[in-house]
Amino acid sequence: MSFINYAAREINVKIVFYGPGLCGKTTNLQYIYEKSNPQQKGKLISLATETDRTLFFDFLPLDLGSVRGFKTRFHLYTVPGQVFYDASRKLILKGVDGVVFVADSQEARMDANTESLHNLEENLVENGFDLKSIPYVLQFNKRDLPSAVAVDTMYRALNFKGEPTFEAVAIQGMGVFETLKAVAKQVLYELRRR
Amino acid sequence: MSPSLVMYEEEFDRITQLLNRLRIDASAKIVFLVDKNGQQIAGAGEIDQVDTTSLASLTAGNVAATDGLAKLIGEKEFSILFHEGRKDNIHISIVGQRLILVVIFDERSSLGLVRLRVRKASADIERVLSEIEVKAQEVGIEEAESPFAEITDDDIDALFSE
Repeated sequence: MSFINYAAREINVKIVFYGPGLCGKTTNLQYIYEKSNPQQKGKLISLATETDRTLFFDFLPLDLGSVRGFKTRFHLYTVPGQVFYDASRKLILKGVDGVVFVADSQEARMDANTESLHNLEENLVENGFDLKSIPYVLQFNKRDLPSAVAVDTMYRALNFKGEPTFEAVAIQGMGVFETLKAVAKQVLYELRRR
Repeated sequence: MSPSLVMYEEEFDRITQLLNRLRIDASAKIVFLVDKNGQQIAGAGEIDQVDTTSLASLTAGNVAATDGLAKLIGEKEFSILFHEGRKDNIHISIVGQRLILVVIFDERSSLGLVRLRVRKASADIERVLSEIEVKAQEVGIEEAESPFAEITDDDIDALFSE
């Protein structure tokens, strides 16, 4: 959960990028890292295997500036997408404030998307959250690939509750900041509501 | 799911004092308090020498993974983790179930001393922590309002206007 420090006048929130293996979660973070000002960002930490598959998580701290005199610090995490790392995924969702689901637009990955979305729903419940109410944004990544499934087909299959949905090509940066902004907004609105 | 942690200046100062005392008593280099979600809370000692944000997130990941291991073999938790290096060592312990106390020390101290001092300091920190919770509940009912209660769309948009 968010941590409000009145002494340091800052608020920390945790955002998790979820999705099936190789859908581009880490790529999203890498792009955000590359494009952010040095004074805004911390180190990008990747706990990955030798073949660059995420093993535990990637982590990127990002300062977005001040709201009402409070510094807003976003801690961005990815989960390992591969099915057998489920225990790790559960751990990373602990205390999450907002979730981005990165879906892979390739035809061959449609089942993997649905499976991962169900897995997200279950793992959120285990952590005491509900996908229906948590700040949540959907991203259709890899829109540039020839085998990309039509957007409305994906929307019907994956959109859960009318959440904001973005088309992206994370490797070129298309849609990356739009996605981040949408989830950050929802998290801040949620703080207002509380 | 535990509620958001809200820390006010008074408790923050007390916790920082406790950490400072622990650092001196344990002859440690750095003493650091993190919550289980990886948010740093307070620190003492040579904290400008390390990347504290990364330290916080990796510590929390480490503790979470170890908790997972404990559950797998039917343990409630492993309340202490210790990493021994060539020069520096890290002692990690759970405080009040939701916070993690990290002590980094070198050959000027010893594991025995650190464990002893951590035990005392943990009890003190736990006390402050439960006061924070009581206070949060009292305040929570009336003012509850986070500083974000009056946030406007413009405030949020302003964050993203580069």
